[in-house]
Amino acid sequence: MDKPTNHKAWFLVLPVLVLVAFSAVIPLMTVVNYSVQDTFGNNRFFWAGLEWFEEMLRSERMWNALGRQLIFSATILAIEVPLGIFVALNMPKRGVWASVCLVLMSLPLLIPFNVVGTIWQIFGRVDIGLLGYTLDRLGINYNYTQNAVDAWITVIVMDVWHWTSLVALLCYAGLQSIPDAYYQAAKIDQASRWKVFRYIELPKMAGVLMIAVLLRFMDSFMIYTEPFVVTGGGPGNATTFLSINLVKMALGQFDLGPAAAFSIMYFLVILLISWVFYTVMTNLDRKGG
Amino acid sequence: MDWMAWTWPTAAFFATIAALLITFTVLAIRFPETPRTGILRIETTRGDRLFITLLGSAFINLAWLGLVGEHQPYALIVCLAWAAAVFRWV
Repeated sequence: MDKPTNHKAWFLVLPVLVLVAFSAVIPLMTVVNYSVQDTFGNNRFFWAGLEWFEEMLRSERMWNALGRQLIFSATILAIEVPLGIFVALNMPKRGVWASVCLVLMSLPLLIPFNVVGTIWQIFGRVDIGLLGYTLDRLGINYNYTQNAVDAWITVIVMDVWHWTSLVALLCYAGLQSIPDAYYQAAKIDQASRWKVFRYIELPKMAGVLMIAVLLRFMDSFMIYTEPFVVTGGGPGNATTFLSINLVKMALGQFDLGPAAAFSIMYFLVILLISWVFYTVMTNLDRKGG
Repeated sequence: MDWMAWTWPTAAFFATIAALLITFTVLAIRFPETPRTGILRIETTRGDRLFITLLGSAFINLAWLGLVGEHQPYALIVCLAWAAAVFRWV
């Protein structure tokens, strides 16, 4: 018997389409319109062509922010992913302590971004913050408001504190789905701890790990609130990442044209990376059956 | 619509994208296809190849603007070649 087909179900997607149009598509179209024009306020625009794109492509400030952004994302991934896996491997598998660990691990994820920023901003202060004060008393010259390296360390440690739990929880979920029979088989074969990890745990975690990497990469690539609250992009421009740079340009200087051109390039990079991750993930799924 | 600061070139740009999307949707409904695997070793449908073409074209235009810096319309020729290559081999 032929299966009846019709496309009426698509109408059920209509509310979402309308919502996305209002919240994303129309603003994005407006940004494209801004990117080829100049304005001096009062909603009056003048044609500028590709001038802003050219300016942005030759802007040292933009390339520096991109460089900082890539270094930041690479650093936090290099720390959070292995650390998250390590934590997940060492969490209790069942019992009361498993629940206690899960709750404790979830706590940092529940704190709003600006509160995390404020916590670390105060925590690192030499005069009243526990971390800053302790380091100062130990004779370590630490001041995130004046020293670029200290500012970077603070922002990275803050991100690791805030988000490693996410990687750990996702990996933990992956580990929980491995049947005991796999471990028993490995024991019979006298497999070493490393081999159990390499050939049983890691392949079973690959899917969730990919999601964790994607989420952490995207979040870190768009990071704004936390470093802005802690360092404000400083000292100088040392922790001015892409989105901080963008907000400074669009709202601080009201350079709508260059900011729009910059946004579009930023968007394209994110779109490309998301597509690569998505493709790799769906291919992994297919291979894993 | 004044607040959106429309211009003719950007309107034409979005109209082209919309026309492409509509055309490919109609094609997908009228002539359903099975995904194929090309040189990227990933399964793609016509829609996927259109996405790769458009995304690649955006980067080609940016690269042209950054590296060549003039005669921007010629970048469209590169984009067409890119589109043909994507639809043939990806």
